[in-house]
Amino acid sequence: MKEQLTTQEKVEAGMARRRRKEYLFRSVGIIATAVGILFLAVFFASLIVKGSTAFKQTFVQLDIALDPEVIAPGGELDLEYADFDGLVRDGLRAQFPDVNGRSDRRELYRLVSVGAAYQLRALVEKDREVVGTTQTLWVPASSNVDMLIKGNIDANVDEALRTLSDKQIAWVTALQDDGRLRSQFNTALFSNGDSREPELAGIKGAIMGSFYMLLVTISLSFPIGVAAAIYLEEFAPKNRWSDLIEVNINNLAAVPSIVFGLLGLAVFINWMSLPRSAPLVGGLVLSLLTLPVIIIASRAAIKAVPPSIREAALGLGASQMQVVFHHVLPLAMPGMLTGAIIGMSRALGESAPLLMIGMVAFIVDVPGSFTDPATALPVQIYLWADSPERAFAERTSAAIIVLLGFLLLMNLAAVIMRKRMERKW
Amino acid sequence: MQSTTLILLLVFMSVAAFYFGRTRSLATVGGPGHGTALHSLPGYYGYYVAIWCGPPAVLLLFVWLMIEPRLVVALLVDGLPESYRSLSAGELNLLLNNIKNLAAGDVVTVDVDVVLQDAAATYNAYIARSRQLLAVLAIGVAGLGAAGAWRRIQPDLRARNRVENVLRWLLILASSIAIFTTIGIVLSVLFEAIRFFQKVPISEFLFGLSWSPQTAIRADQVGSSGSFGAVPLFTGTLLITGIAMFVAVPVGLMTAIYLAEYSSTRVRGIAKPLLEILAGIPTVVYGFFAALTVAPWIRRAGESVGLEVASESALAAGLVMGIMIIPLVSSLSDDAINAVPTSMRDGALGLGSTRAETMIKVILPAALPGIVGGILLAVSRAIGETMIVVMAAGLSANLTANPFEAVTTVTVQIVTLLVGDQEFDSAKTLAAFALGLMLFVVTLCLNVLGLGVVRKYREQYD
Repeated sequence: MKEQLTTQEKVEAGMARRRRKEYLFRSVGIIATAVGILFLAVFFASLIVKGSTAFKQTFVQLDIALDPEVIAPGGELDLEYADFDGLVRDGLRAQFPDVNGRSDRRELYRLVSVGAAYQLRALVEKDREVVGTTQTLWVPASSNVDMLIKGNIDANVDEALRTLSDKQIAWVTALQDDGRLRSQFNTALFSNGDSREPELAGIKGAIMGSFYMLLVTISLSFPIGVAAAIYLEEFAPKNRWSDLIEVNINNLAAVPSIVFGLLGLAVFINWMSLPRSAPLVGGLVLSLLTLPVIIIASRAAIKAVPPSIREAALGLGASQMQVVFHHVLPLAMPGMLTGAIIGMSRALGESAPLLMIGMVAFIVDVPGSFTDPATALPVQIYLWADSPERAFAERTSAAIIVLLGFLLLMNLAAVIMRKRMERKW
Repeated sequence: MQSTTLILLLVFMSVAAFYFGRTRSLATVGGPGHGTALHSLPGYYGYYVAIWCGPPAVLLLFVWLMIEPRLVVALLVDGLPESYRSLSAGELNLLLNNIKNLAAGDVVTVDVDVVLQDAAATYNAYIARSRQLLAVLAIGVAGLGAAGAWRRIQPDLRARNRVENVLRWLLILASSIAIFTTIGIVLSVLFEAIRFFQKVPISEFLFGLSWSPQTAIRADQVGSSGSFGAVPLFTGTLLITGIAMFVAVPVGLMTAIYLAEYSSTRVRGIAKPLLEILAGIPTVVYGFFAALTVAPWIRRAGESVGLEVASESALAAGLVMGIMIIPLVSSLSDDAINAVPTSMRDGALGLGSTRAETMIKVILPAALPGIVGGILLAVSRAIGETMIVVMAAGLSANLTANPFEAVTTVTVQIVTLLVGDQEFDSAKTLAAFALGLMLFVVTLCLNVLGLGVVRKYREQYD
């Protein structure tokens, strides 16, 4: 005879299995959450490890004789054509007098960056008295030497497989033993534009380009976005047109950013013939891109203003416009500004549409106006990431750290603003 | 006169107009003490005059500056000697560019002869004349408008209503920009795409299996006919999107479940903002990470187990893209899970089911539409994502489903076709717009569907 189980017993028989399942489900949840956070940790760690070294740069100390014959032939200063490179080379040769032969010397010259000549020229330009004297100067080492000092080039691998020869490494060691090599803060990274030489490449041009672009973006998208939000929340009648606008805004927020780039290329550059690569066009495209973000945030801010405020103002005889502009708008402003900052931080990180409108050019000069050719910080990262040189990988990480720093500051500002201006009704 | 100076002058005139309008409104009723006799506050009369002063003139300025180049060029071409006028459109364009550069004092690419010199001088003269005319006209319009409005000021002029009416139209205009943007996108990609389909049949584009968009400069070059079969791009996009969703959906969903149902408020308070950071990292940074860290790592891992992995494998791009999308999936799933009424949850728990059983058998089925909507939005995001694939995926259009091989995507091809020097009429550049059209249409459908499902579902339990 089969024993009859009670419900209690049936439940208890399955309990262990069910508890196991519960435990499993919960663990999977923990693992999933951990995956995201773990990635974040690995990501930041690798970024800092790779990028932090780029903030330091190796410099070589040279005694350079500023020969008046070279710099000022016939007593006239000749900054345009004087052979400052030659002077730097003379300084190097003075350091290693026993290096002979053309190829050896050429290898020797490669230890110092071409930036040394620019530095010399700037020195002479600033103070003409130095001509004819011998100056002890710290000039930037070439990127290969820099990489060797930072340990990114392994001296133990086969000579053919590295960018520095055995002789060059011996010279670098000699310089190091002499105390003629030192590492100092990399000012070039923040004061130069782009360059083909990693040791001279900086992000100032990209930062200025981004700055001009964001200026255009905020001055267009904030007023337009706020106006649109006001209309949709306070005035829009319930009709087809308003519905159409609503649907459009929501869709635009999800349209891929590269499509906005196509729009910019076709409309602003080909049709309106605005200049290519200009921050003006970049700003226009980014303002269209951020407009939905700002409209959505502003609408939320307007919605949060309680109706009692409106009713009180209307009751005192204010017109609908006066209610909005004198009462609702000031109260909603903190929320709108927060939305604007978040929109701007999105615009700052955006690069795909900028590729479309020609902001990927190699531009050495720091842009000085809205129509100068320029790149933006994220695009500079993209350009450097493509460069094969080891030293550029390091600089890319550094540029990313700077970019993330800006984004962090903006988001922090938004959070602080929201906290301080938050109002409970 | 410089247009910036002109604009500044117009701004100044508007400010003055405001002042005069305000003063006159008070004067008509006999001084500042009698303001209540006016229909509107005195300031509105000021705004009324200012609106008639500045905006029409600025509008004129913009229209003028839009038309001016075309008009000047037409006049210039008319004045050129016969031998130049008979040049082909392209050559004429080059010549005009040179004339403009010469006029601006920039570098010119041809020998400067007398005709060119003359043309440059004429060009400068035309521009100078046009600017003079513009300045006179703009100031005239501003002055006349202000004077007319100023004369109309009377105590019973409904100034506030008129000003508010203008303001209302401005608001409507601002909100319509979203529609204009959409129209602009559709038109700009559609026109170029239609031109592309005149050169390449639409069936070849949609169903062709080979993609090599180089078109030759000379007709007799090898491989002169580019082939524009976009199927490899579609499969490549789908492969990478698939890998991304394979990562993002389970991880995002389980994260949302854990944070919504299991975690303590403290863990939630820490983990949620951390995951939000993932959403804030620029895509170019993900691309860098995918190309320089993840791809070599996967390659090494593959080699160690004897697998052939391309250095620009679909796997690396897909994995990193999946990580990028986790926050999107998890926050939309979180919304969907939280929208399920507590009564359903309490009911299930009260009947003795475990939390996991409640989740799987009650809450997830109830939240499914919302989750699916969120996934659709995430797919649309993955398809349109550009920087990660540009940096980490390849350029060669392989028709393969092997995640270890290099594939290319629609967005990568748009970027490669349009970056750099381009001739705007070649099938190569036009192809980018055809791809853009495809991208726009597909993401639009996904978005409309996804947003619709999410919204409808949200209302279901309200």
